[in-house]
Amino acid sequence: MSDKKPLFVFKDVHVEVEGKEVVKGVSLTINKGEIHAVMGPNGSGKSSLSNALMGHPDYTITKGEVSLNGKNVKEMSADERSRAGMFLAFQYPTAIPGVSVANFLRTALKAHRGKDADMSDFRKLLKAEMKNLSIDPSFATRYLNDGFSGGEKKRVEILQMSILNPKIALLDETDSGLDIDALKTVSEGINRFHNEENGILLVTHYQRLLNYVKPDFVHVLMDGRFVKSGGPELALKLEESGYDWVENEIRQKAKV
Amino acid sequence: MSESIKRQNKELSALNEDYAAKYGFHDPVNYFHKGAKGINHEVVEMISRMKKEPKWMAQKRHEALDIFLSKPIPQWGNTEMLNELDLDNIYYFMKPIEKQQHSWDDVPEYIKKTFDKLGIPEAERKFLGGVSAQYESEVVYHSMKQDLEKQGIIFLDMDTGLQKHGDLVKKYFGTVIPATDNKYAALNTSVWSGGSFLYIPPGVDVKIPLQAYFRINAENMGQFERTLIIADKGSRVHYIEGCTAPIYSTDSLHSGVIELIALEGAYIRYTTIQNWSNNIYNLVTQRAQAHKNATVEWVDGNLGSRLTMKYPCVQLVGEGARGEILSVAFAGTGQHQDAGAKIIHAAPNTSSRITSKSISKGKGRASYRGLVKIHKNAINSKASVECDALLIGEDARSDTYPTMEIDNEQVRVEHEARVSKVAEEQLFYLTSRGLTEDEARLLIVNGFMEPFTKELPLEYAVELNRLIELEMEGSVG
Repeated sequence: MSDKKPLFVFKDVHVEVEGKEVVKGVSLTINKGEIHAVMGPNGSGKSSLSNALMGHPDYTITKGEVSLNGKNVKEMSADERSRAGMFLAFQYPTAIPGVSVANFLRTALKAHRGKDADMSDFRKLLKAEMKNLSIDPSFATRYLNDGFSGGEKKRVEILQMSILNPKIALLDETDSGLDIDALKTVSEGINRFHNEENGILLVTHYQRLLNYVKPDFVHVLMDGRFVKSGGPELALKLEESGYDWVENEIRQKAKV
Repeated sequence: MSESIKRQNKELSALNEDYAAKYGFHDPVNYFHKGAKGINHEVVEMISRMKKEPKWMAQKRHEALDIFLSKPIPQWGNTEMLNELDLDNIYYFMKPIEKQQHSWDDVPEYIKKTFDKLGIPEAERKFLGGVSAQYESEVVYHSMKQDLEKQGIIFLDMDTGLQKHGDLVKKYFGTVIPATDNKYAALNTSVWSGGSFLYIPPGVDVKIPLQAYFRINAENMGQFERTLIIADKGSRVHYIEGCTAPIYSTDSLHSGVIELIALEGAYIRYTTIQNWSNNIYNLVTQRAQAHKNATVEWVDGNLGSRLTMKYPCVQLVGEGARGEILSVAFAGTGQHQDAGAKIIHAAPNTSSRITSKSISKGKGRASYRGLVKIHKNAINSKASVECDALLIGEDARSDTYPTMEIDNEQVRVEHEARVSKVAEEQLFYLTSRGLTEDEARLLIVNGFMEPFTKELPLEYAVELNRLIELEMEGSVG
């Protein structure tokens, strides 16, 4: 256990949206090489947490600490967090009409590296990563998320992650809207990305993604709080018994 | 007398000699005579006499002046701005020497900065800043000119065109835009000077875009330029006018007239990007006539100016003719881009498409004013109109005034209009990928303009993107 190196840490994080507290004090430490899953029913605060961690201006962290490799990121803007090594795969990626996937990725890479990527290196990288994710080459010149199906958007999110190669990836409901083949492809992409130096936080409602991407830890978020943590078996139990089971358990405890 | 003034005077007198040699103008007394402000028949007479024009043109000018004087100032559009323009306080004809009255020091700071940032060469800066009358592009143009001549292409400034090809000019001049069309077209017809005259013989396909830029000089960038392009049967040409660099002029009014004629089976694309300094009223009439199976495309970009009123038009007069208008306007604080498009379907099986994009920033205002008219005989015609407006900031304004006049039922007409803002969600998405907020906003704006920029020759597209970048700098969403 002594070789564990904390990568992404948040402590007692509270999040407010339009003056309402939706995340009420959550803490987590993700060490290098670890995959954590945050599971919870609709409205439990999952998306608010991932948006707030990435620095969405509408999701204010009113209290708590967030750090990456020991560096405080709470005061950073979203772009600074990205350049520091954070990535959020969106549940609903936004369309940017007129901006091609290739042009966008090249611009994003430039923002990260501080200089233009070599054109032919970039093309090779893009081509290879697109092939890995079974994305048709024509998508390079298509406008970002403009008219993409749900599954295509999710693949392109993972494509961006592969190319930007962040230290910590927050994946918000990446499995939603995917058919079984797409789910496999996307999962393979996530597993290819994962290594001993980076970390992943999977935010999901369902267990099915976790059949393909094996988490080291599972945390259950309800009403803005982590109410239970465990290993991968917790996800299976949730799948089997539903979130009611956790709720009942909490109620029982409260009675005692 | 300071050195710089001496030098300037020397330059000016050198210019004087050059002008005399070039245009055969040998009246030193008149030459230094400073024309008066305002307009009357004497001024028109003087213009025509100095140009040694044929009688018919002089007569046209005088008739047009009467029309100009009798027509009221338009009571639509931005009447407030239009009424501020004092038509009596304008020089309607300035001899080149008089145009050189301001020095580099008088050129506004923001124009100079833009030149710097765009990396405009020294010689060009002076020209664009209105300090020098001549941009030295003769060398570039010369070899190309010979090549064009071999193909029978006539590419001249309008004054020379009239001198050398009077019959051709007479046949088409004012046939698409008569002086009676509107007050400013009448004004242009009475005092026009400079502009381009282009004739493409039957069947000739001009492979490279022809650019007015190659032979730019004060004359054809004048206040009242007149352009006439005739593409004879089955010929093809792409003509490019203007440039993205800002053009500074002390004249407050620019009022051009541009007539295009595409004869049977011909193709004309006319690309303009104009970026006037923000003191200028840009009131331009652009109209094309497309004959049987001919195609005319206007690609029209409007930046800068105080008020632009410009509605490129295609009259589809022959069966199977096609017209397309693609326009983009950028309005910053203090500016009103009242731009649009007009298509007249006057023959069967004609088709048209209008795509209009506008960006308003700060307190800028962009209006789309459009007309699609389908005559009774224009059966089986198709028309589509798409207007997109992007607002940046809370005070930006966009209006749409579309008009459809459809006189028969066997047609297909589509209309779509959208107004959008740079959305918070788009900004967060892009910033979460490492782009700063300014970079993200610029990428969104460039994306919005993409359907327009992708139609431009590469160097223009690159320049336009850089210019938009400058316009966007430090803008607050």
